[in-house]
Amino acid sequence: MLNSVLFLAILFLSLLVFFIPGKFKYHFTLVLLLCGVVLTSVWSGMLLAGDDQVLEIPLFAPSAGSTFILTIDRLAAFFIIVVNITVLVGFLYARGYLAPYLKSKNALRFSIHYFSYLWLWLSMLMVVMIRDGLSFLIVWEIMALSSFFLVIFDAEERSILKTGISYLIQMHAGMFFILIAFLIVEKTTGRMSFDALGEYFTGNRNLPLFLLFFTGFAIKAGFIPLHTWLPEAHPAAPSHVSGVMSGVMIKMGIYGILRVIVSMQSDLLVTGIIILVISLISGVLGVMMAIMQKDLKRLLAYSTIENVGIIGAGIGLGVTGMALDSPALALLGFSGSLLHVLNHSLFKSLLFFNAGSVYQATHTRNLEQMGGLMKNMPSTALLFLAGSLAICGLPPFNGFISEYLIYMGMFQSLSGATLYHSIVVLGSVVGLSLIGGLAIFCFTRAFGVAFLGAPRSDKALHAREVSAGMTIPQYITVALILLIGLASPLVVKPVFEIVTRTFAIDDPVMVSGAFTANLAQISIMGGVFVVVLAGLLVYRRHHLSRRQVDTGPTWGCGYTAGTARQQYTATSFAYNYNHIAKPVLQTAKEMDEIKEEEIFPRRRSFISHSDDIIKKALIDRPLDWLAGILKRIAVMQTGQIQHYILYAFIFMLLVLLLSILKII
Amino acid sequence: MAGFILIVIAAFFVPGMILRTKSIASGRKGPGLFQPVKDIIVLLKKGSVFSTTTGLIFQIAPAVTLATVICAMLLLPFAEQKALLPFEGDFVLFAYLLALGKFFTIIAALDTGSSFEGMGASREALFSMLVEPAFFILLATFAMFTGYTSFSVIFNHFFVTGNDYVMIYSIIGVYLFIQIAMVETSRLPVDDPKTHLELTMIHEVMILDYSGFDKALIHIGTYLKFALYGSLIYNLIVPAGWNIFLQAGLFFAVQGFFAVVIGLTESFRARNKMNKNPKFILTLSAIAWIAFTVILILTDKLA
Repeated sequence: MLNSVLFLAILFLSLLVFFIPGKFKYHFTLVLLLCGVVLTSVWSGMLLAGDDQVLEIPLFAPSAGSTFILTIDRLAAFFIIVVNITVLVGFLYARGYLAPYLKSKNALRFSIHYFSYLWLWLSMLMVVMIRDGLSFLIVWEIMALSSFFLVIFDAEERSILKTGISYLIQMHAGMFFILIAFLIVEKTTGRMSFDALGEYFTGNRNLPLFLLFFTGFAIKAGFIPLHTWLPEAHPAAPSHVSGVMSGVMIKMGIYGILRVIVSMQSDLLVTGIIILVISLISGVLGVMMAIMQKDLKRLLAYSTIENVGIIGAGIGLGVTGMALDSPALALLGFSGSLLHVLNHSLFKSLLFFNAGSVYQATHTRNLEQMGGLMKNMPSTALLFLAGSLAICGLPPFNGFISEYLIYMGMFQSLSGATLYHSIVVLGSVVGLSLIGGLAIFCFTRAFGVAFLGAPRSDKALHAREVSAGMTIPQYITVALILLIGLASPLVVKPVFEIVTRTFAIDDPVMVSGAFTANLAQISIMGGVFVVVLAGLLVYRRHHLSRRQVDTGPTWGCGYTAGTARQQYTATSFAYNYNHIAKPVLQTAKEMDEIKEEEIFPRRRSFISHSDDIIKKALIDRPLDWLAGILKRIAVMQTGQIQHYILYAFIFMLLVLLLSILKII
Repeated sequence: MAGFILIVIAAFFVPGMILRTKSIASGRKGPGLFQPVKDIIVLLKKGSVFSTTTGLIFQIAPAVTLATVICAMLLLPFAEQKALLPFEGDFVLFAYLLALGKFFTIIAALDTGSSFEGMGASREALFSMLVEPAFFILLATFAMFTGYTSFSVIFNHFFVTGNDYVMIYSIIGVYLFIQIAMVETSRLPVDDPKTHLELTMIHEVMILDYSGFDKALIHIGTYLKFALYGSLIYNLIVPAGWNIFLQAGLFFAVQGFFAVVIGLTESFRARNKMNKNPKFILTLSAIAWIAFTVILILTDKLA
């Protein structure tokens, strides 16, 4: 009873944001957020520590027909914690990020922004806690709406408003699929709820309904080819919002997919393979496109697609494991993917916050105008480096742990597998290792071009480090990243338990016990690495202190007038890669070659761009086609009243004629 | 422990043997066997010059790279002795540790702001990305064949089956490991450490600005990496059950063989054209698929 009152209080108190004086709006929101985070985290913690299957909290008076019940099971508890961490850190970061906007935007705009932020968070919490279909769709809709308002914070720019609306439309396309799926369930079972899914799945074919749900949730999660909103909306939103959207909001799609899988009974193998294939395509294509981006936040958005691919690969393996009755594969696949959900929420939000800091300092998101930022912004640079290393899955950071679990799922299942299954798994190994290599390419490029070398523009030259209020939240995230990376058994053990309980995997002790031991070895190795590195660096310092150390210009091969413009740019770094990836990415360049008879070449320009081919084929081309048709119909819109009367007359005649002929 | 020490010892003479092989093959007198070690001693005595463009990353990168190689060495077994830190899936950590070292080498090159080094960094990033799948396919086939996923156990179980196909598989495996090692340590035919033009370098151009202590660290890392891959090849060829002294002798023989193969390749083969390199590296993955097929036959999955 107390629980529901407290939760309802937070829901309603959020309205007060509009009435609090401007100075205290932020603090009020923060306090409310903190209370909610503590409340819901305690719920999750209690459930995870205890032995109960679910924790039920009826929101309104517990009458018989009430459907607005918060049901927390282990899966939901996990997602609640993930959501809480990123949303809280994001809001701490937002104070510094929003500071420059305080003058240019009025209090109402801020109220709307904070209110939407609170409700994005609340709706995400409720998405994972609500089982009833209709209530679920309502909070799902609130999530889309509140994130829409957050994206268009900078709506003075027309392009941002346009992006926001396109985002809203695509979200609703996704919701439509989920709605249909729920209606099908209701028609068969009479109940519209996730709880009814089990009943539906026992009596009917599983795959079609799963595909409906999957399509709807995959639009949110950003699986290719349903990712088209993602690279547009993330760069448009303010950075703390991009961090939350990319870090946790897209994970709601993952949650939905998992929630459906829990109830599935048959068709598991084919479902697993479908998820696996789509995920690997998303992973490889996502990072391939990320490499071509010059806009830092757009690059991160594509990298989000890549990571969703990795998460999906884990889910695909888990489902395959369920189908093949292989507890090791199921446990490792699902655990890897759940852990990657947490890991990605940490490092991707970190990177987005970081990109926000860079944007605030340089007023650009274009990599080609950055360079040498590490000199003026050492904290931001180190934080970006930590995020990059983590996202590439390199030890001793957290990304490695989840990728390791997924790899192990693959390897473990290889020895007893059938021919067909071996080929699928080996294909996934290739895909995952390729993703790893490409991610390293992507983030060495991003970090190297943005933060290292010499400044490429005045903006980069005059950049100043952002306030401590913006870097401290990022340090908190890095601390969590290192905690998972260096003390993985602490986190993986609960994840193992969540997975075994949620997906009812048998005989997990052997596998989970063995892997906790393996992870302990990895932790030891992480410690060894840190000690060896520290030893080398200390000795190096000592060694250099007794030698002559000079400074000079970078080796220019005899040329002494080098400028920052001669550095390798983001585009030239990817030139070789582009050469290979061209058939897939369709990058195009616009330039006119220097002709032979041109003795004094005139000024010319060179533009290269890489468009999202899937967006082009799936959204742009059909839209152009539709617009073409509508334009032709617009001939009728003459603006002369006589014509319109004529249309009305023709219409009535038509109705008359048709009713005489008894067609209508 | 023995494996660790043997790798360190091998690192003393493997690079010298490569140089020696090359000089003999080209009819030169050539430097002595321990010239590379002497070079490192000289470097350690010297002071350092740092570019004004560079910063922290440039300074710590060589140490990070060396630390990753040292940690990777802890994962390799020797004979019946297990590695110092064996666990299931240690080869994933092995690959990712080396990748961490690469990451730092690449960003350190970008830290100098030199277009030459940027070019090298771009190439290195591309080629090491492409070689990754070959390594993983090969190790996945090990895992599939033996049912284990730790270096220490895989190699112990490798020869137990007694199936003749294992020979074919060993040959493909050794060939692939040599090729992967040569890509990873920046040797011919992908990269040529002795080239004199910055435009044609890959690894060498990335470390142009290093001097003194840091350069010594980079060299030590490279030499250890040779011995590291030599040790992998050794484990693949020699069954684990034999006498420990015979094993140690064989270990150095294999390391020597590895060095001679590299030396001979570099003497008689021209470097690839730069834009042929991706094709060359991807071919390695294709060969790894053949190894996979062999294993499929071995495990009776493909009749």
